[in-house]
Amino acid sequence: MADVSPTVQFLSIDGTFAPNEAAEEYLPFLDGLSDEDHRQFYRDMAITRRFDEECTNLQRQGQMGLWPPSHGQEAAQVGSARASRPQDVIFPSYREHAVALVRGIDVVDIVKVMRGVSMGGWDPTDPANGNFRNYCLVIGSHALHATGYAMGVQFDGLVATGNVERDIAVMAYFGDGATSQGDVSEAFVFSASNQTPQVFFLQNNHWAISVPVTTQSRTPLYLRPRGFGIPTVQIDGNDVLASYATTRKHLDDARSGRGPALIEALTYRIGAHTTSDDPTRYQTPEQLAHWVARDPIIRFAAYLRGLGASDAFFDEVQQEADDVSADVRHRTLELGPPALSAIFENVYSEPHPVMAEQQAWLDAYEASLKEGA
Amino acid sequence: MAAVTEEIPLAKALNAGLRAALAADEKVLLMGEDIGKLGGVFRVTEGLQEEFGTRRVIDTPLAESGIVGTAIGLAMRGYRPVCEIQFDGFIFPAFDQITTQLAKLTSRTAGAVQMPVVIRVPYGGHIGAVEHHQESPEAYFAHTAGLRVVSPSTPNDGYWMIQEAIASNDPVLFFEPKSRYWPKGPVDFSRSAAELHSTRVVRTGTDVTIVGHGAMVATLLAAAQVAAEEGVSIEVLDLRSLSPVDYAPILASVEKTGRLVVCQEATGFASVGSEIAATVAERAFYSLESPVLRVSGFDTPYPPSKIESFYLPDADRVLEAVDRALAY
Ligand SMILES: Cc1ncc(C[n+]2csc(CCOP(=O)(O)OP(=O)(O)O)c2C)c(N)n1
Ligand SMILES: [Mg+2]
Repeated sequence: MADVSPTVQFLSIDGTFAPNEAAEEYLPFLDGLSDEDHRQFYRDMAITRRFDEECTNLQRQGQMGLWPPSHGQEAAQVGSARASRPQDVIFPSYREHAVALVRGIDVVDIVKVMRGVSMGGWDPTDPANGNFRNYCLVIGSHALHATGYAMGVQFDGLVATGNVERDIAVMAYFGDGATSQGDVSEAFVFSASNQTPQVFFLQNNHWAISVPVTTQSRTPLYLRPRGFGIPTVQIDGNDVLASYATTRKHLDDARSGRGPALIEALTYRIGAHTTSDDPTRYQTPEQLAHWVARDPIIRFAAYLRGLGASDAFFDEVQQEADDVSADVRHRTLELGPPALSAIFENVYSEPHPVMAEQQAWLDAYEASLKEGA
Repeated sequence: MAAVTEEIPLAKALNAGLRAALAADEKVLLMGEDIGKLGGVFRVTEGLQEEFGTRRVIDTPLAESGIVGTAIGLAMRGYRPVCEIQFDGFIFPAFDQITTQLAKLTSRTAGAVQMPVVIRVPYGGHIGAVEHHQESPEAYFAHTAGLRVVSPSTPNDGYWMIQEAIASNDPVLFFEPKSRYWPKGPVDFSRSAAELHSTRVVRTGTDVTIVGHGAMVATLLAAAQVAAEEGVSIEVLDLRSLSPVDYAPILASVEKTGRLVVCQEATGFASVGSEIAATVAERAFYSLESPVLRVSGFDTPYPPSKIESFYLPDADRVLEAVDRALAY
């Protein structure tokens, strides 16, 4: 058999536009993209890279309990997020900061979760938040939620009406490690069984904390869901155009009633799993260097330069990224603790005697401490 | 043999206990997420894979049900698996395997099959963590017949109890108070201080008995110290074992003091503390001078970490209950 790469790639590592054979069927999905769209991809990636670094700094300075960086995965996230349509519904795991940004989430709302001042950070039912559901820290569990949501969309008749501006598709993001969880396999089963309108977007960043992807799977991960009856494709996840084109196709297929698909984006976590992690214990400098050389942002910058983007454009984006990050820092430092009533509020959606009783007890207790002081 | 005592933190004591168990019995295996090269996210298994190899210290795929389910199969084959669950909140994918299989296989087979499986779970709050990284789910497991549930509060208990848990032919849920991983304490490597399932008196007193487990014990000792300065003599008991509970020392203490406050980080409703309060009320009714009181986390989800100190019982909240008990 000829040695043809199955991995969809449009941009070679140096940023030259050179679609490979696997990319050919996806070429039409790039047609609608304007110069401004390309620049927006870059802007999204550069801004995310910048605020993500700022958040790591803020954590190091004691301003957050934890920060899971997205560094290195910006192309996979931005391409797929930009491919989604406004009515689509996104179920992230906990590292999808670029997707959050694209869908309209205020970055500081993510900070709130990691700083320990809010449980969920944002209201996923507020239209301003782009149908971006809350981060989910229990690995893989949200894959089933995405499938159930997609079943609801089907039951509501919002699939395959022929109107791509209205028909809804659902997208779940998860990692290579998550594919080992039973919940993810069960999501494949339910999704295939119901032919749900959804895309599983798997970011294979090669690590589940310290455990290499080879521990999770001896077969390339994109092959696995095929056994469940779900079509799949593997892409160069550091190529924002590959991420955009494949997601565009499969979301539109899904919303048009052609069933689910999985996209495996090959990418790399450049740096730590979270700020609590020390990757030097398990990752070699050579591995890191290999992937740093494939940095998605540098690659896309080279592509844009080839299209004629000037220094002024890059300077302007840098300035914007600095501004966003300064704003995130400023507003993070101002985030105070929630009121104590937050402990008891919204545990139930209807009045609950135990919540009322215990809140009253805490209020009285706190008041007595103040009196005593 | 002369006592060989060393001041080390709980994480290191557990590491030493695991090393001793691995060295003593080649059927002992460690399995979990990131326990190999990384040494576990709390470094409890640090260096053990290097020393005992990847067959004895196994970095598993990311699936808790898979970890416990395969541990059950390994136990059927004569191994003694010690599973690490990375954080308290991530034990639930394995809940089915633990409660319907691990806990019941011995009774299902009329004793023919034993389940010498230990499940280590870092648990509890105080560390400013995000959701699912600060919970105290021990009551779910104490509620399930067939499981033994223990929690060491000191490095010395950590070193010994982990070895005793591994030596047990029953499944043991081993809850490690993660906020206590780092403070140092003396470990006597020559002999165990107490049996796995015994309650220990850690400070004697005469006015009120307070009992707790895990990280709570340090809070109770701090409360007893403050009370002593105010002339109140508190006896502090460390439960150590949540199932079975060793009631004799608790009842003996209550006979002396006449007052009991049961303290825990976990939510109070249907908790281990509730069970102890009820049992003492049944068995020591005539010794009691006041109702048995409980101090617990609220019956709510664990709140955002910036206000966790208002959720977690601290020394003041313990003393508030002590005052109420004394005022009776
Ligand atoms: C059920 C569950 N088990 C364990 C963990 C602890 N944990 C957090 S992230 C992680 C690795 C996840 O790897 P992967 O799915 O590849 O996602 P990535 O972090 O690489 O984005 C683990 C084990 C968890 N969050 N949930
Ligand atoms: Mg990963």
